[in-house]
Amino acid sequence: MAKMNLLQAINSALISMMEQNERVMVFGEDVGHFGGVFRATSNLQQKFGKARCFNTPLTEQGIIGFANGLAAQGSVPVAEIQFGDYIFPAFDQIVNETAKWRYRSGGQFSCGTLTIRTPYGGGIAGGHYHSQSPEAFFAHIPGMKIVIPRNPYQAKGLLISSIKDDNPVLFMEPKRLYRAAVGEVPETDYELPLGKADTVKEGSDITLLAWGAQVEIVEKAAALAEEQGISCEIIDLQSILPWDAETVINSVYKTGRLLINHEAPLTGGFASEIAATVQQECFLYLEAPIARVCGLDTPYPLAHEKEYMPDHLKTFEAIKRTMDY
Amino acid sequence: MQDRNHLSHVKLTHKAKVITNGLLDIPMLQLLDETGKPTKDSELPKIDQELAQKILESMHYTRLLDERMIGAQRQGRISFYLASRGEEAATVASAVALDANDMIMSQYREQGALVFRGYTTQQFMNQMFSNQEDPNKGRQMPIHYGDKALNFMTISSPLGTQIPQASGYAYGQKMAGKDAITICYFGEGAASEGDFHAGLNMAAVLNCPCIFFCRNNGYAISTPAEEQFAGDGIASRGIGYGVNTIRVDGNDVLAVYAATQIAREMALEKKCPVLIEAMTYRLSAHSTSDDPTGYRSKEEEQQWAKKDPITRFEAWMQTKGWLDEKAIEAFKDKTRADILNALKVAEKVPVCPIEDIIEDVYDTPPWHLQKQLDELKAHINKYPEHYPKTANRDKKGAN
Repeated sequence: MAKMNLLQAINSALISMMEQNERVMVFGEDVGHFGGVFRATSNLQQKFGKARCFNTPLTEQGIIGFANGLAAQGSVPVAEIQFGDYIFPAFDQIVNETAKWRYRSGGQFSCGTLTIRTPYGGGIAGGHYHSQSPEAFFAHIPGMKIVIPRNPYQAKGLLISSIKDDNPVLFMEPKRLYRAAVGEVPETDYELPLGKADTVKEGSDITLLAWGAQVEIVEKAAALAEEQGISCEIIDLQSILPWDAETVINSVYKTGRLLINHEAPLTGGFASEIAATVQQECFLYLEAPIARVCGLDTPYPLAHEKEYMPDHLKTFEAIKRTMDY
Repeated sequence: MQDRNHLSHVKLTHKAKVITNGLLDIPMLQLLDETGKPTKDSELPKIDQELAQKILESMHYTRLLDERMIGAQRQGRISFYLASRGEEAATVASAVALDANDMIMSQYREQGALVFRGYTTQQFMNQMFSNQEDPNKGRQMPIHYGDKALNFMTISSPLGTQIPQASGYAYGQKMAGKDAITICYFGEGAASEGDFHAGLNMAAVLNCPCIFFCRNNGYAISTPAEEQFAGDGIASRGIGYGVNTIRVDGNDVLAVYAATQIAREMALEKKCPVLIEAMTYRLSAHSTSDDPTGYRSKEEEQQWAKKDPITRFEAWMQTKGWLDEKAIEAFKDKTRADILNALKVAEKVPVCPIEDIIEDVYDTPPWHLQKQLDELKAHINKYPEHYPKTANRDKKGAN
């Protein structure tokens, strides 16, 4: 075990994958010698050479198009999109190519070996072009997997699993926690299962569901609620697609209440999908309407970032409202 | 990836100089003139009678397939077709210059390359009838072929997406130490897509052994080339990206063959991309959903019909004493009969069973797809007469 921040954990996962499999290649804007604008790819070029870790021209559609072809060829690309906010030029390549390649070819070819890494989320004074949480756009694409870790330990294990998984994975990294989250991480390899939620804390009165950087926000809200005698169960969804409905549903059977928290705007956010499924499966078990604590339906603001964020106090208030319904 | 100073090649000037002429004077390689005679001082590529015969047959086959399938579409037997009449030399002769291990990533009008690679008549038909023998499992519209054994990447409809993918595929071939390259086909219209610019730039910067083969056929559906771009064709863009570039007469089999041979050798040996711009003309409609009478004249079409690539190649074969007209007629008759027979077989083969609808979305179907399939099957069984293709079938597809 070693103390690592989230960036170091990601770097450690990339090193171990590149050591194990010479077909793993890491590329994107500034990821080469410089090691990426956040330093997630530090020393990879020095260790593995320019042919396996390299800068690309500044073209997101080119990066993902190139990565798709490389994956279809049988290599194992790990492509970086510098900010989640800048992934949209590659949207066509992801929606129409990455995700459909296996299906449209009847399984003859696929992009299964591809992993796309991208930082997402706010809390860094990044305004609307360095703060967005675009997971819901990608959750609407059959064929993709979407994974979001909450801390260094989850980050390393989930990234290794994403690279090894034979399906294209969008791996979204909570950039607010890149250096802020520090924890014990095994120096050796380990995998954490994709498509599985993680019950962070058991409780009996209400289920709090979040992912990525918002998990620590709901933990903080839960601590406030516990002071008032409310027992909270906390679940980190971890995989947005396919998502672990079973764990969430079983938790709601037990607590009868559900609160979902995400940074992305409320309307059409992934909480909507979860709420629809849970009311379908748990209708007679629900003691209160499902609560959503999310970003506002505005572009991500700068000066009003603190007000915009679905923070622990908004979450705490929503817990109380749900309990008092 | 070489280290370079971005000013090292730049000369100074002390008078403002605006470059106003976008035409770069890029010549077009032509080895046979429009009557099939070798052009002055031309060096023809090595080609024997057997290969010439195979090329000719592949071009005829492609045209006959097109004719028959347009007919089948008009009869309502298939939903859609997209012909390549006039462009057979560009697609067949370029494929001739490749190695069987080279990957072909095509747009959708390159059936000529697939014919030359040996795709069978029955395979064409199974794909176009979306039946359960189609390796794509009936999931794509007619003409979206793909065949792993023949190194022919499954086609997708969105234009230009295959261009940066070809760069990546070629990079992977290079890294794996393969003695093979990738060829990527597209039209001059698709070259307006961002993916074209992204793909060429990446291939040049990352030294990808790839041929970008542009069929400049004058039209993107109804939009003529002069409304598509203002510069000197597509070739000038290759030069801008630092990609080795050659322009060729796309209706001249020997010129296309020679240019692609040179490009392949260069791509493989120097590990670099090469752009070929083949100047040709789409004699057919864009697709069976298109009617060119609304946007171009009969006179224009007739002008280009005179440059027909098949006629030109036959004229050259004639001068070599290689043209056996009787044998060609016999080949054409047999091909027509084969196509019709295969068509009749393919249209009777059932579609894939319903279980297949959730296969290949992921490597294995996750819980939510399985749940949706179970619900769908229960529904189909409730109204079997409304879903006759899939109701009451076992997994293998027998009714």
